[in-house]
Amino acid sequence: MTPLLTALAALGDELAAHVVLSAAALALGIAIALPLTLWSARNAAVARLALGLASLIQTIPALALLALFYPILLWLSGLVGGRIPALGFLPALLALALYAVLPILRGGVTGLAGLDPAVREAADAVGMTVGQKLRWVEAPLVAPYIMAGIRTAAVWTIGAATLATTIGQTSLGDPIFAGLQTQNWVTVLAGCIAAAALAIAADGMLALVERGIAARRRRHVWLGLAVVAAGLGWALWPGNQEKRETLVVGAKNFSEQYILARLIGERLEAAGYAVEYREGLGSAVVFRALDAGDVDVYVDYAGTLWTGEFKRSDSPPRGAMLREIRVRLDRPGGARLIGPLGFENAYAFAMRGDVAKANRVASLVDLVAAAPQLTLGADLEFLDRPEWTAVEAAYPLRFDATRKYSPTFMYRALESGDADVITAFSSDGRIAADRLVVLTDPSGAIPNYDALLLASSKCAAAPRCVAALRPLVGAIPVSAMREANYRVDRDKDKQQPELAARWLAQRIAR
Amino acid sequence: MNGASILAPDIRFERVARRFGAVEALAPLDLTIAGGSFVALVGGSGSGKSTLLRCINRLDESAGATREGRVSIGGEPVDHLPAPELRRRIGYVFQSIGLFPHLTVAQNVGIGRRVRGGVMPPEEVAVLLDSVGLERALASRMPLELSGGQRQRVGVARALAESPQILLLDEPFGALDPVTRAALGERVRALHTARGLTTLMVTHDMAEALLLADRVVVLDQGRIVADAPPVDLASGRTGEIAEALVAVPREQARRIADLARR
Repeated sequence: MTPLLTALAALGDELAAHVVLSAAALALGIAIALPLTLWSARNAAVARLALGLASLIQTIPALALLALFYPILLWLSGLVGGRIPALGFLPALLALALYAVLPILRGGVTGLAGLDPAVREAADAVGMTVGQKLRWVEAPLVAPYIMAGIRTAAVWTIGAATLATTIGQTSLGDPIFAGLQTQNWVTVLAGCIAAAALAIAADGMLALVERGIAARRRRHVWLGLAVVAAGLGWALWPGNQEKRETLVVGAKNFSEQYILARLIGERLEAAGYAVEYREGLGSAVVFRALDAGDVDVYVDYAGTLWTGEFKRSDSPPRGAMLREIRVRLDRPGGARLIGPLGFENAYAFAMRGDVAKANRVASLVDLVAAAPQLTLGADLEFLDRPEWTAVEAAYPLRFDATRKYSPTFMYRALESGDADVITAFSSDGRIAADRLVVLTDPSGAIPNYDALLLASSKCAAAPRCVAALRPLVGAIPVSAMREANYRVDRDKDKQQPELAARWLAQRIAR
Repeated sequence: MNGASILAPDIRFERVARRFGAVEALAPLDLTIAGGSFVALVGGSGSGKSTLLRCINRLDESAGATREGRVSIGGEPVDHLPAPELRRRIGYVFQSIGLFPHLTVAQNVGIGRRVRGGVMPPEEVAVLLDSVGLERALASRMPLELSGGQRQRVGVARALAESPQILLLDEPFGALDPVTRAALGERVRALHTARGLTTLMVTHDMAEALLLADRVVVLDQGRIVADAPPVDLASGRTGEIAEALVAVPREQARRIADLARR
């Protein structure tokens, strides 16, 4: 029980950010839904259109809606030539607010449609103006319906706000996503419990307000609103608001990235910066975020940039590729290469030792013959990546079956025999720990995946920032990275990425 | 006619017609309701009687309908005032009552004052409740706590609260039990006389019309088919359709009288 309590107690910042984000999104949702409700009440065509659009938005998965706002805002930002932040709070706010509109709008429209026509006629007959009728008759009678909609919207918003983590907004999704990637179920559980408790608490308070409105008891309304306001006040309280300059460290969604982000973050903090983490970002999002200045530092891999960003399908030698990446990045206002960290995290086809021996496979060439009897377990994106195209071109592999797994489950599948060959990563601690055989690549089809330390133009232009990062260049041998990764990924005695990062910092300082 | 009737304005319809698209709800008609009189508009459903009534306080102004001709009160066309202004001067009672469910009886009765930016003092509410035969203690009740008859009494009090000179009644007692109906009918007739109102009542109940009104106008398919004092109608001197309407209550009254004689 104690680790769970410790994990819960550590969620203060995430909870505060979650509360602020949910409340802001709900407020914006209400601000959009109420005028739409009024307009819908006076025009049936508008009602149909508004409800239809809101329902359509509901059908978009929340995760996709959040992700969609990134390119939209990036495009808008480019359009106005200004700095609209495309990651973090703004896109999360907009996406969640759109989500919140439907229940409120539906509540309002239903309430207005259900108003007794006799009451409306009486309001007209006593000579009420449109405004008086709205204030004295329609608003108070429809308020309970709208309040019910707001309650539903609040619960949805608080739940969906956990997904804001994927676009770099701190929320209670942080422990959930980090925990899922590192198989740390305690942090996942802590995040879920905190989000659920927040939703229940908010719903309870809003229920009090709703009952107060329905029964016309002012005291209930004020009590509920006071508790909500107190919670908001706590979340907004500038506890230890720092005047220091803030840098944003980005990370993709696997253990090594979480560890390296913390390693980098601690160095920047030591150099006097305030650090924010944007973790669990998608591969395609994070580089563009760096280029746009939404992320200041993160680690990417040579082959990922080569094929993903530069759309190259050739595989030049290590030195030539690095030189060209440096040249390609070197343009004003964009991302900069600080340098390679010293290890490689390449795609590597790995097999269990016994299976490899039984099938007499040691290289990708051998695998061609054995593949028709074997199942390939790939990570979620590998089969769509240009590396797979390159491997298939060099080695005509025809597997019996292919399955997709999230990285951590891929190793489980290999262990259990659900997959015979997996697309592992060369810096992964489990390769050594599970005694896996990594197949050689005689044709050199897989490009090199040197870990590269990248910085935004803002960081690259600041000597203090560069000086804090420079010592990491060439400092991390693959054995150290594997060990650090294993500390987070292993099943027993799991460490948080922060702890593994501290271990790594000590290890490379020696 | 009593003295107050000099003050109450007349209501005049001149070549008034009304259409919903291609459907003619009212044929062009002329009608004058004398100031201070109590006139009943009788007809079956779809005869256009409610539509005619609602032309006066312009509640008929819904989308898709057009009104032709001129409706005037005391010589003043109803279109000369903004609709809310016009309606504040006219008392209106209708079958579904339309009490505001979230307001107390006192607030419902005082709504006309609030619309004008004032607050009705409790003593005034009490006097109004007295005038429609309701206990003063009901002032703080919510409409849902009242019986149907009590609610319509509140409706009448609300309509008369701002001392209008014109009272429009649209099937006002249609949903009430016969005893309440008769009592409230008498009460409204007494208030009409005491306050010197010009009253126009729509009803499908010929007996009610004959017993309460000074004059009965019978409408059929948007046209006036009879217009006479109750005494003429009751004696069957006003044509076929009116005679058919009068025949029912007359026959009922005869059979009840026969029962009593046995």
